[in-house]
Amino acid sequence: MQVAIIKYNAGNTQSVIYALNRLGIEPILSDNAAELAAADKVIFPGVGEASTAMKFLKERNLDVLIPTLKQPVLGICLGLQLMCTHSEENDTMGMNIFPVAVKRFAATDKVPHMGWNSLSHIHSPLLAGIAEQDYVYFVHSYYAELSNYTIAQCDYILPFAAVMKKDNFYAAQFHTEKSGLAGARILQNFISL
Amino acid sequence: MLTKRIIPCLDVKDGKTVKGINFENLRDAGDPVELGAFYADQGADELVFLDITATVEHRRTLVDLVRRVAQNVNIPFTVGGGISSIEDVSALLNAGADKVSINSSAVKNPDLVNQLALEFGSQCVVVAIDTKRYDGKSKVHTHGGRKPTDLDTFAWAKEVTDRGAGEILLTSMDHDGVKNGFANDLTKTLSEILNIPIIASGGGGTMQHFLDSFTIGKADAALAASVFHFKEIGIQELKQYLQKNNINVRLGC
Repeated sequence: MQVAIIKYNAGNTQSVIYALNRLGIEPILSDNAAELAAADKVIFPGVGEASTAMKFLKERNLDVLIPTLKQPVLGICLGLQLMCTHSEENDTMGMNIFPVAVKRFAATDKVPHMGWNSLSHIHSPLLAGIAEQDYVYFVHSYYAELSNYTIAQCDYILPFAAVMKKDNFYAAQFHTEKSGLAGARILQNFISL
Repeated sequence: MLTKRIIPCLDVKDGKTVKGINFENLRDAGDPVELGAFYADQGADELVFLDITATVEHRRTLVDLVRRVAQNVNIPFTVGGGISSIEDVSALLNAGADKVSINSSAVKNPDLVNQLALEFGSQCVVVAIDTKRYDGKSKVHTHGGRKPTDLDTFAWAKEVTDRGAGEILLTSMDHDGVKNGFANDLTKTLSEILNIPIIASGGGGTMQHFLDSFTIGKADAALAASVFHFKEIGIQELKQYLQKNNINVRLGC
């Protein structure tokens, strides 16, 4: 099992590596097209600001490569948002894997949405073993709207897409790598897909 | 539903956890990595590591510590202490920290808040504010609470929020270390005027104090050190107590 993590200026790649290490997996960190295409699973993490991250991906042609990947791909947090069509964060065009808009939370409650929240409307093998009373860790000011691709939702200010799936592409808004036992279970499920 | 968070704070000096009474008379409370993993297993929601003697020569030790914590802990953690540049933050985030906390350096150079928010996103920028009553007013203090400034606590909190801080860690120096309860009036006022999460810190001694910080203080999270380090309050016990009192918390780990 070769798991590749996409190498870019996304802050939390190291945390994702450690989380996989705890599952007994030694991932590779790569921005090389051939290496990424050859991996069994690809993880596209991300923490940070959308336009800066997207610019970095473009400079390395990763924005073209990622949508062409055929193996299971898991986007995390900012990774999820960049896989969508457009983000309101500095008016950033994404990779349009999910034809979904990313919007900023209305300031009717505190923003960012920060902390542990539960999931609902769960339906996917990726989320096997995850129950509605399980909590996962979110930190974000922008959210993906609900769509046909939503496989779990979360409610903060409004219901939004916590996990999405389209073909071989999966994406989680919360930090699977920092979400305790529930997060570890989801990563294990992804590896086992 | 979003839960209230319980955050053990590990004050670190030379790679070891310490906790002072009003920041003096430091006592050794163990190994930070071991303590961090222990708290994660007990159901802590996040951890904060404050390097209270951060100097240039200790910087590498801190990055090393962050790396070891990240390897062994599966919940988010914040690192603070002596952080004053984009390079400092980059090294800590790359080592596996989720957020950084800045305090004196933000007072000295407020633009740092904007720079960090732009470079890394607001979600990882925690501004720590040490506040103390002074002539009947709440004033910001720096350098571990030793240096008073002219900054009004509320005005400063508003300013750093506007500059892009993602969270405020509010420590009342009048309450810290004495276990008589959190500064609920202050926390409540801040929580109501600001649109970002507030972590209440300083004064947690009983489970009732934590409950009050959420119900009266309107805090989003409560942070404490010695009551957890010396096992005066267990995290699970505290969370069960909070749940019984209708506070939404995450049970389990």
